[in-house]
Amino acid sequence: MKILVCITHVPDTTTKISFTDNNTKLNKAGVQFITGPYDDYALSRAIELKEASGGTVTVLNVGLAETEPTIRKALAVGADDAIRVNAEPTDAFFVATQIASIAKQNTYDLILMGRESIDFNSGQVHGLVGEMLGIPSVSPVMKLDIEGTTAKLSREIEGGKEQLEVSLPLVAGCQEPIAEWKIPNMRGIMTARTKPLKVVEPTGKEELTTVTKYELPAPKGACKMIPAEEAEKLITLLRTEAKVL
Amino acid sequence: MATSTLDTSVSANKKQANDVFESPDFYQIDDLLTEEHKLIRSSIRSFVKKEISPIIEDYAQRAAFPQHLVKKFGEIGAFGPTIPAEYGGGGLDYIAYGLIMQEIERGDSGMRSTASVQGSLVMYPIYAFGSEEQRKKYLPKLASGEWLGCFGLTEPDFGSNPAGMLTTIKDAGDYYLLNGSKMWISNSPMADVAVVWAKNEDGRIRGVIVERGMEGFSTPEIHNKWSLRASCTGELVFDNVKIPKANLLPNIDGLKGPLKCLDSARYGIAWGALGAAMDCYDSARRYAMERIQFDKPIASFQLIQKKLAEMLTEITKAQLVCWRLGMLKNEGKATTTQISLAKRNNVEMALHIAREARQIHGGMGITGEYSIMRHMMNLESVITYEGTHDIHLLILGNEITGIPAFK
Repeated sequence: MKILVCITHVPDTTTKISFTDNNTKLNKAGVQFITGPYDDYALSRAIELKEASGGTVTVLNVGLAETEPTIRKALAVGADDAIRVNAEPTDAFFVATQIASIAKQNTYDLILMGRESIDFNSGQVHGLVGEMLGIPSVSPVMKLDIEGTTAKLSREIEGGKEQLEVSLPLVAGCQEPIAEWKIPNMRGIMTARTKPLKVVEPTGKEELTTVTKYELPAPKGACKMIPAEEAEKLITLLRTEAKVL
Repeated sequence: MATSTLDTSVSANKKQANDVFESPDFYQIDDLLTEEHKLIRSSIRSFVKKEISPIIEDYAQRAAFPQHLVKKFGEIGAFGPTIPAEYGGGGLDYIAYGLIMQEIERGDSGMRSTASVQGSLVMYPIYAFGSEEQRKKYLPKLASGEWLGCFGLTEPDFGSNPAGMLTTIKDAGDYYLLNGSKMWISNSPMADVAVVWAKNEDGRIRGVIVERGMEGFSTPEIHNKWSLRASCTGELVFDNVKIPKANLLPNIDGLKGPLKCLDSARYGIAWGALGAAMDCYDSARRYAMERIQFDKPIASFQLIQKKLAEMLTEITKAQLVCWRLGMLKNEGKATTTQISLAKRNNVEMALHIAREARQIHGGMGITGEYSIMRHMMNLESVITYEGTHDIHLLILGNEITGIPAFK
């Protein structure tokens, strides 16, 4: 089985976010980057499937050279080879176009990724890739088993779970508890040095969106306690200060 | 839309949310590391947060050895990371080895001791002084954690003066006969294999590999320690143990054998102590920011700031010492005395920081809620083993003056 795992290179979840270039770009100075946590689940499940029944795992990232440490980590965890599409991942459509282009050249049985990235959280890439390739896409997938050419999935839906059987090939947006995150071991890190990492140029740079401005949420104000017997004061404050009435 | 339970506000890994350790890097020493070094550090840090932090306090309080971690250390690659991959090692450099020791001791000095002994004192001599058969027989099983090893040099009456040892090996034709005893041996009660140093008929110190199950070989445990409580420590007792001739380390003769092993282990300790110091500092900094007295965080007070500023200064200096020493090790140029300086400086630094951090934590600092008191008690062993604090002064004194004060 050939598995493609698409990973994002995103700011650590504890990063203090700020912007540059007139609030149009993330300020990357001093920011620690990690593999998207949901992508990490997808990668772990892909490695488990490979360990159980053979095959290959290819990691794909759309990003500039700065993302290579994140790609090497995926190789250290157990992926066999990697492809980096040498471009800034500007929006979901652009990223999906690149993934679909790579997938068309290589025919994968399974294309796994996180349910969403944790920087822009669009959650659209898996659906777009499925459409572009004309194959099913499912998200968010919490359980994934393969039996022959069929994938058995469990998906979280509003108020419950859905069990699905889908023919391969398939695109899945993954989340926990599909697998446990894997920590690369020292031998894996050493062997990742020599695993192939191919850099390819992007196809068709069609920009459908442009960022005009980022804004941080307003800082949380202090909590004011109003005694129950002063309900009128509370209403006044909701009118004059919070301006919600 | 269904929601994920992934809590992105606290930590990338919700299981590790309790252990929020971050290492200081005031002088941007990370710029001196490769991406691979940083990945090694973050992997071992994740391993420690997942496997050690959640359980270590309980094991230390009960004075029990978490034996299940031996296999896990093997899986992550903490045993013999500098040994070539063909023998099951990691084939990594000495900066990588140092970072691994730093991160494990950040969790607990006893756990770092287990890994240090296995890598530097058991696997290293078998690799450096052993025959090809010995390397193939022992190293892969020690690397994977299938076997645990220990190192027998110190004796009840010969600690700082190992040359006076009384343990002997005598050639008895088909085998050697080993007699004597060793004391303060980390891992001994659980060890499958022991690298033991003993004097032959000519008074020369030789190394032999002793295996559990050999007749006359026993490993009584030392109880009631107030330090390294989660590490198992014991004796090695040899009563006419028949050692096959194939178990003699062929390529080393004399005290320089065990001393070379100690060079490697002391190098790891210099980094390890840095890890313990970082943990104490990080915990103290967080506590000082959160603990309110006189209506403000205690971090607002000058005496607390003085402690934190001194801690960061000493940690930064120790980081630079470790990094430079690691580069010298990589080039094969690090000397015994350079390693002595680093071990001595960094362990004292860590112990001092543990005591200061204990004060910042107030009464909470003596409880098992925080790692501080455990680090402090552990470091009392670390400042004594692998060359006492004072002996390292004499090693440096000898280097400076050419006059040995320990003879």
